[in-house]
Amino acid sequence: MSYVLIIGAKSDIAKAVAKKYAENGYDLYLAARQASELSEFATNINIRTEQKVVCIELDILEYDSHEDFYNQLPEKPLGVVSAVGYLGEQKQAESDFSQAAKIINTNFTGIVSLLNIIANDFAKRKHGFIIGISSVAGDRGRKSNYLYGSAKAALSTYLSGLRNRLYESNVDVLTVKPGFVATKMTENMDLPERLTAQPDEVAQDIYNAQQKKSNVIYSKWIWRWIMFIIKIIPEWKFKGMSI
Amino acid sequence: MKLFSWGNFPKIVSRSFYVDKLSTLKKKIKENKVFIPFGNGRSYGDSALNHNIIKVKPYNYFIDFDASKGLLHVQSGVLLSEILTAFVSRGWFLKVTPGTKLITIGGAIASDVHGKNHHVEGCFSECVEKFTLMLPDGEIINCNKHDTPDLFKATCGGMGLTGVIIDATIMLKKINSKYINQTTIKTKNLKETFNYFEKYKDSTYSVAWIDCLAKNDEIGKCLLMTGDFANDGKLDYQAKNKIKIPFYLPAFLLNTWTVKIFNYLYYNRVASRVSSQKVNLDSFFYPLDAIESWNKIYGNKGFIQYQFILPKEESFVGLEEILKIISGSGKGSFLAVLKLYGKSNDNYLSFPMEGYSLALDFKMEAGLFDLLNQLDDIVLKYGGRIYLAKDARVTQDVFEQGYPNIDKFRQLRKKYKMNEKFNSYQSQRIGI
Repeated sequence: MSYVLIIGAKSDIAKAVAKKYAENGYDLYLAARQASELSEFATNINIRTEQKVVCIELDILEYDSHEDFYNQLPEKPLGVVSAVGYLGEQKQAESDFSQAAKIINTNFTGIVSLLNIIANDFAKRKHGFIIGISSVAGDRGRKSNYLYGSAKAALSTYLSGLRNRLYESNVDVLTVKPGFVATKMTENMDLPERLTAQPDEVAQDIYNAQQKKSNVIYSKWIWRWIMFIIKIIPEWKFKGMSI
Repeated sequence: MKLFSWGNFPKIVSRSFYVDKLSTLKKKIKENKVFIPFGNGRSYGDSALNHNIIKVKPYNYFIDFDASKGLLHVQSGVLLSEILTAFVSRGWFLKVTPGTKLITIGGAIASDVHGKNHHVEGCFSECVEKFTLMLPDGEIINCNKHDTPDLFKATCGGMGLTGVIIDATIMLKKINSKYINQTTIKTKNLKETFNYFEKYKDSTYSVAWIDCLAKNDEIGKCLLMTGDFANDGKLDYQAKNKIKIPFYLPAFLLNTWTVKIFNYLYYNRVASRVSSQKVNLDSFFYPLDAIESWNKIYGNKGFIQYQFILPKEESFVGLEEILKIISGSGKGSFLAVLKLYGKSNDNYLSFPMEGYSLALDFKMEAGLFDLLNQLDDIVLKYGGRIYLAKDARVTQDVFEQGYPNIDKFRQLRKKYKMNEKFNSYQSQRIGI
């Protein structure tokens, strides 16, 4: 058993995490929509590391397909990393429920659908690891992205519960809360350099944390303290702020 | 965005965009702007600087590897260090590598870099089987030595001024160890240094650290390091952790006295005249890569790495003259590297020629440019030239005299309208 399953494998963080695991001797299942677009990336990883890389079609919003998706994996993975994420358009989502639903379902419902299946398998066999990439945006709702943020908050809570449940089964669950990361998702934002991580740094943090069996990590680490401060601002004060 | 290269001089304000997909690159290039491709920012001066740059590093996939021939096809943003990480443990190494592995393949081609084996293997272009180049109109051309000799000779060493190198196929060399059997020879003066370079010219790798503050009959004393790969089958390669210099050190820390002390200690760390060591390839090829951002020791005003080469028959007289001036000025730093080069190639702007090259760092300070201008004159007097990948200040006249093929290069640029699209601060300064 040597495979790590990466879901949402097209994101920059997912690719960096995939590379990190391959460099450390793991084979990869890369799951995403239009997975064929990952073939060049897969070849790249294979040449670099000589690990096996398999691309598999997966639509996180096609809940009914998730059971089959998991069952057809020729060899069950050692661990799974969910890097599924959709920032969406907050403004549009305020008036257009289909956009709001897409944000919620992509960032939460779809992941729950798939991770439930995987968690049950891991619980039965009594080992494995589950990594969910959530976000600091889930730590407190802000007007600029609270739909994305609330879906990520739900994901963080789900992962916390899952960790609690699977503790007895020897399955580790890691919640990752990246702050700013220089990716395609953020390429049009003007991010402060000191607070912004490169995808490779996040991947390194994730790999280290998983190997150490950590529970919740922020990446960069300073975000734990930034979010601590943001969280302790009293609500009567916070509601008038623009941050 | 603030932008500067490894020498931290000059510092400019620049806008950049990343190469992600070729379609977006093509669109950007066709826009009515002037660009220069930018790799990992390891050239020293202004050869990769412009107010608009194309960041190539994110374009970094490995595309194919043919293990029967050792041919590796990669996108141009791949770093040499990534190739080592992937291939040393499989018994492959770069045929030609400069003194840092933290450069992109595109940068290696554009500067036609060379290494400690130049006298045997030549420049980086020797291991380039082919590459693709995006021209100003967005067209992508396959280039190699035989089918597109002009574009090949212009692009290898062409400082990014012929277009954007998209991907390249390079030839790796077989190794059977991650270790180098190194011989260190301690010499007392320039004459001895030259003699030992000649004596060890069959050794695959050779380079000398030279004490550029030594005076009188000690001028040119050095530690000459030569070596070749061991053959012990030990290939388990892992890049070492780095020491980091987190901020600019105050420039006054580097002065004649501290450099003298360093040089004394460095020179005398080797007791015997000839000694042998077995060293890791990283310590042999890339000693400075072990210290992340070592360039910050020169302070925030930056530094110039001055590298020139003189034809072999003039090298002794020329170097003696130049070393005298440097030691007299008291400005030279502790990182001074001397090397004997092999024959030059046909590339229009490649730096190496058969002879001796000296590279040394000078922190930025008052009077430095006067000193360097004085050195330029001596370099020209003896028929030498300056390395563009290190340069941030040379004049058009000095440059042109050192590079007799510049007009061929200019004509080619004109023919493809490269001169209207690809320019750097350096190319504008020296009128390429």
